[in-house]
Amino acid sequence: MLRWILGGREAQGAVEKSAALFIGEEQPKNCFTEMQVLKGHFDIVRFLVQIDDLRFASAGDDGLVLIWNVETGDCLLELRGHTQQITAMTSYTFIRGENTHTALITASSDRTLSLWDPDSGNRVQNISDLQSSVKCLLVLDRLDVWLSGGNELCVWNQDFELQCKTVHHSDTGISAMVELPKNFIAAAMDKEIVIFKLNVSGSDVAVMAIRHLADHQDTIHSLISINDGLFASGSHIGELIIWDSVDWTIQGYELILWEESKGDGHSEVKVTQQKQIERSIQHMSSDGELLVAAVGSGLYVYNVMMKTVVAYRKMAHDSNVLHTMIHTGGLMSCSEDGSVRMWELQDLPLPAEPASSGFFGMFGTFGRSSKHAGPPAKKLPEIPDLRSLELIGDLIGHSGAVQMFVSFEQKALVTCSTDHLLIVWKDGELQSQLRSLAVFHKLEENQQL
Amino acid sequence: MIGSPDVVAFTKEDDFGDFSDPLSLPEEFSVPLFTHAANANPWTKTSYAKFSKDFILISEFSEQVGPQPLLTIPSDPKVCGTFDLNYFSLRIMSVDYQASFVGHPPGSNYPKLNFVEDSKVVLGDSKEGAFAYVHHLTLYDLEARGFVRPFCMAYISADERKIMQQFQELSSEFSKASECLKSGNRKAFANELEKKLKDLEYTRSVLHKETELQKMNNGCYSTQAIEKANELANVEKSIYEHKDLLRQITSYPSKRKRDVDSVQCEAEKPPVLDETLNSNPSDSAENTESRKSSYTPQLIKAKSAKCFDKRLKTLEELCDTSFFLQTLEQLNAVEKSFRGDLCLIYTSQIDRALVSKQRVTSFLFEAEHDWEDGGTSKNFSIPSNNPTIPILNLSGEPLSLDSYTTCIDVDHLKPGVESGEGPPESSTSDITQETSEAADTETKGSFSSDKSIEALGSVSPSSLQTNFFDGLERRSKISNASYSENASSSIAVPHRRSDGNLVQMDAACCIGHDGFIFEDPLPELAQECCGDTVVNQEPLSLLHGDPALQMDYILEESPNMGLTFSELNTSVLSEEVAKINIEDVFDRTSFMSASTSSDRAVSPFTYGSVLTIKQKKKAGHSVLRFIRQYPFAQQAISCLLSGRTLVILGIDEGTVRKLVNALFIFVPNLGKYGETVQPWLSTPFQLTDLQRWKLIGLQRAASPAGSSILHSLNRYSRYISILDCDNKTLRCPPYKGTLISHLADHRTQIKRGSTYFLHIQGMLTQLTAKAFLYTFCHHIHLPMDINDQGSVTSRRTNFLLQLGYTVEESKIIQYLSELIKQHYIHGSSKVGNPSFSFNYTTSYLYKI
Repeated sequence: MLRWILGGREAQGAVEKSAALFIGEEQPKNCFTEMQVLKGHFDIVRFLVQIDDLRFASAGDDGLVLIWNVETGDCLLELRGHTQQITAMTSYTFIRGENTHTALITASSDRTLSLWDPDSGNRVQNISDLQSSVKCLLVLDRLDVWLSGGNELCVWNQDFELQCKTVHHSDTGISAMVELPKNFIAAAMDKEIVIFKLNVSGSDVAVMAIRHLADHQDTIHSLISINDGLFASGSHIGELIIWDSVDWTIQGYELILWEESKGDGHSEVKVTQQKQIERSIQHMSSDGELLVAAVGSGLYVYNVMMKTVVAYRKMAHDSNVLHTMIHTGGLMSCSEDGSVRMWELQDLPLPAEPASSGFFGMFGTFGRSSKHAGPPAKKLPEIPDLRSLELIGDLIGHSGAVQMFVSFEQKALVTCSTDHLLIVWKDGELQSQLRSLAVFHKLEENQQL
Repeated sequence: MIGSPDVVAFTKEDDFGDFSDPLSLPEEFSVPLFTHAANANPWTKTSYAKFSKDFILISEFSEQVGPQPLLTIPSDPKVCGTFDLNYFSLRIMSVDYQASFVGHPPGSNYPKLNFVEDSKVVLGDSKEGAFAYVHHLTLYDLEARGFVRPFCMAYISADERKIMQQFQELSSEFSKASECLKSGNRKAFANELEKKLKDLEYTRSVLHKETELQKMNNGCYSTQAIEKANELANVEKSIYEHKDLLRQITSYPSKRKRDVDSVQCEAEKPPVLDETLNSNPSDSAENTESRKSSYTPQLIKAKSAKCFDKRLKTLEELCDTSFFLQTLEQLNAVEKSFRGDLCLIYTSQIDRALVSKQRVTSFLFEAEHDWEDGGTSKNFSIPSNNPTIPILNLSGEPLSLDSYTTCIDVDHLKPGVESGEGPPESSTSDITQETSEAADTETKGSFSSDKSIEALGSVSPSSLQTNFFDGLERRSKISNASYSENASSSIAVPHRRSDGNLVQMDAACCIGHDGFIFEDPLPELAQECCGDTVVNQEPLSLLHGDPALQMDYILEESPNMGLTFSELNTSVLSEEVAKINIEDVFDRTSFMSASTSSDRAVSPFTYGSVLTIKQKKKAGHSVLRFIRQYPFAQQAISCLLSGRTLVILGIDEGTVRKLVNALFIFVPNLGKYGETVQPWLSTPFQLTDLQRWKLIGLQRAASPAGSSILHSLNRYSRYISILDCDNKTLRCPPYKGTLISHLADHRTQIKRGSTYFLHIQGMLTQLTAKAFLYTFCHHIHLPMDINDQGSVTSRRTNFLLQLGYTVEESKIIQYLSELIKQHYIHGSSKVGNPSFSFNYTTSYLYKI
């Protein structure tokens, strides 16, 4: 296994460029020793949504929504109705009568929105003839409304009735939304984050834009909520901004460069000129304390509380990382290279050699105006807690980019991919024990015990 | 039942008392030594018979020409040789068989069809060297005398024991065939009746018109008018009779169902038959509709043609063609299944019975049999050597002796009809067959008397009733003779007292008298079985049963059982044979080495064809060669057994296929058609293919496709092992252990492929048994409390270690166990979406 050693820039670069990270076949910490390939889609599968402990839905470019049983791998239902690719999907839990129902809301390029009942497979509600296709969905459980974001922001109630909507914003539209306290919504629109306020008076809901946060230099690809007090956004050129959820001030700013720089002064210039794709923050996830960002083909772990970098790996994958997840003790990431990798945060055995600011710029809390003036700082020796991100296992199965995955804790990990397949990865040992239990159960039933 | 002195001589008395030391081979089990007599083939036995192998004969007692043979199965005339079919037909048809009484029974005015049971008779002709199981049946024919045509099907063999001991099996098989013929016949008969009725009705209308005309012209009492009126009355009567016949024939199915005796036959009948039978009445009504338009009735002349003028219908016409063909198919299958020596049949029957007891695990390595088709309660008997009709059933239910009674007819045949010819020189049959015939030489001698044995067994209560009276007289005569002879012997057989009453004998009593029951096998014996080498093990495990699999065999012991079991111990025997035929072996091995690069390997994997034992045995050869050629054979086999897909990569299709054909016997859960093996693939494989196929032959090509193949090999390298036949390398995880070195020892002394296959089969069975044990031991799988997963894991590991398995061998057991679990949970039907297990272990590259 190759170990990423901080420092030694030239050597490092050489290693990274020549040899991709390779763990080998001996993976004692990798518990996923059983897989099940699920076929059913005819095109790229892009979305996975967990419905309950047992079921999940998958959707993609073929417009199909399939509902699966994660234990047996059976396809339970096929939800047909969309004529074009699915652009967003979310689960929607509501209370009707005494029971809690979980439904699925899907949005498609055919400019329709549908509500599905995953128990019967019925298309309960359908809205067509939208002015634009919806790119993101957000359910506000507290208000029992849900929002769709496209070229405009629409607010819908439980019965699929349009409550209100904003004016047409721009052609780029809203790419992501997060819920903020006090009925505020943050929406990413190209380079800006727009804060909307939902005014609820009785049954009437009104929405209006309050603030435009224009601190990003480039398109925002990722917008997530970290905890009650913070949310984060990541842009195409590697800007990671931590925002305060209440007053929308910048709590942290990182410019991830991944760059070898010849001189400190020129680093930023170089950055803007080349390797833009590699620095794009495609995806972020957080457990409330740590935040992991998929930056190009690398991973970047940031401690939100301490506002420090915890660990990073520039070439975590051979290609762009598309989805990440933090779980206890480690991370998981999937990439266009078709693999899922599992990482562990380990303390560095030796004190790390100081890495240069060439790898990432540290600015601390700066305003937008001051940021341009401020010189890139050489701050690495000031990060005492830097840990390493060790590869402990990889899952190889897909022959195309792994779009995303969803974890069922101990039960399984489901991945979906460009190769039209879904794979359920399971702990073989656990499965074997479950099967044994099933065998004895059946023996008991048949009174053969 | 058989009171023949020939037979009695072979039954020793009460010689099965102590089995205290089961490991020492009882004397009876040993193979009789062959006394070297100048180059004589010790195995030939068929010296008497004028035919080279068993065949099935269908004969008819034609009302025109008397008994005549119709066809033989196989139809090859060489089979019968110089055997006089005509004479034999006469013999078998002359067995008094007039059971089917059709005609005007007293008290009724119209003919009545009797749905009689077939009769089943064993007949011997020691002069001819022919013994036969004869199955009589009657078919209905409107044009025949009394509407019936007697036929018989006979299974003719030179081996009397085969006929006697396979009586039950033969009887049930032939019953099925007969049932098929008869249901076809009923259909055809009904059709014929309908046609006839139409003719009659037409005739009636014509006559009616003529009568009216006569009356008009000549007055009511003219002779012509009276004649016409009589004629009309006759036709009316005829119509009435035919209608009644039609009613009788179409009412058959319901009547039939009440017949308890035949329920089993009915159930085993192919669904096609059932359909036609059940839908017969409505169906024929429908047919009538359609036929009304197509069939033009003909005028029936008052006097039918002379009996001898008309051409009698052929068998095919009598039965519906499709039924006829189906019957032929069935009979062909029967002929095939009873081919070979009795010992061979026993062995396979025992084998089948054993395997059917292991449903939980048999799917792993056993060839798939048809027992899954529900023939569960089929009584299987492990017959003894004395020619009793087997009285043993595994289900433990006592046989109802009602169902068959047997009596013997010691009949003196007229000697010298065909006595001239000497025994044909036959030594061409294959070795196994010959070996098993070896011990028969003794028996042969005893048949040189002029006597032939004729046993008559009529097989159902109903038939007993129908031909009770005419049979009685004869039987009592016979039994008087046989009973006295029988009395001295200790054979307990169902028999009939001279006064004609059935003696109800409890089957258990018979067994208790004649054999013994293994109820409670000693556990330590079973233990000992495990550690021993396979070769010695098989007969033992058979004797004692496997407690784990809960086999409750009741073995009928007989003094002569040694013969049966020596054949059971096939591996030993074949070894013996291998030594005897050492030249032959040398031939084979040299041929094998010569054929390394040749393309003679014909793949057993043709689409949709069932894998046969024969193919597997053939694979034994190739495996033997593989093991000798490749030092890393053990690793390759270990991969296959632990479920890691083995990819055989090569340029030459023949070489690759040959390796696949060799190694496929190690693939667990091969499937009926070998679904888990892909012998030759020239496109890149997908992940799902790895899930499906456990053994893949892959083309190495220099084309773009080839490079993408290599890419897929590289990508999924962690899930597969690659055997490169061009470079003679194997890339796979290491294997440490002794298990597979026993299985695949390149210094093995086994020289014959089929022997080696049996060796493998034995080892695999042992593995399967361990996997079974591992799967169904509660305490290692059930968690003590809820959060106990860890300890379950360690208990499992410890259990396997205690069984003496290394880590790699444990993986094999675990894989087999997972398969067993899945099979048990989901049944034999394939799981909708199987999961695919693997391990993260480092592979190494092995070279020659």
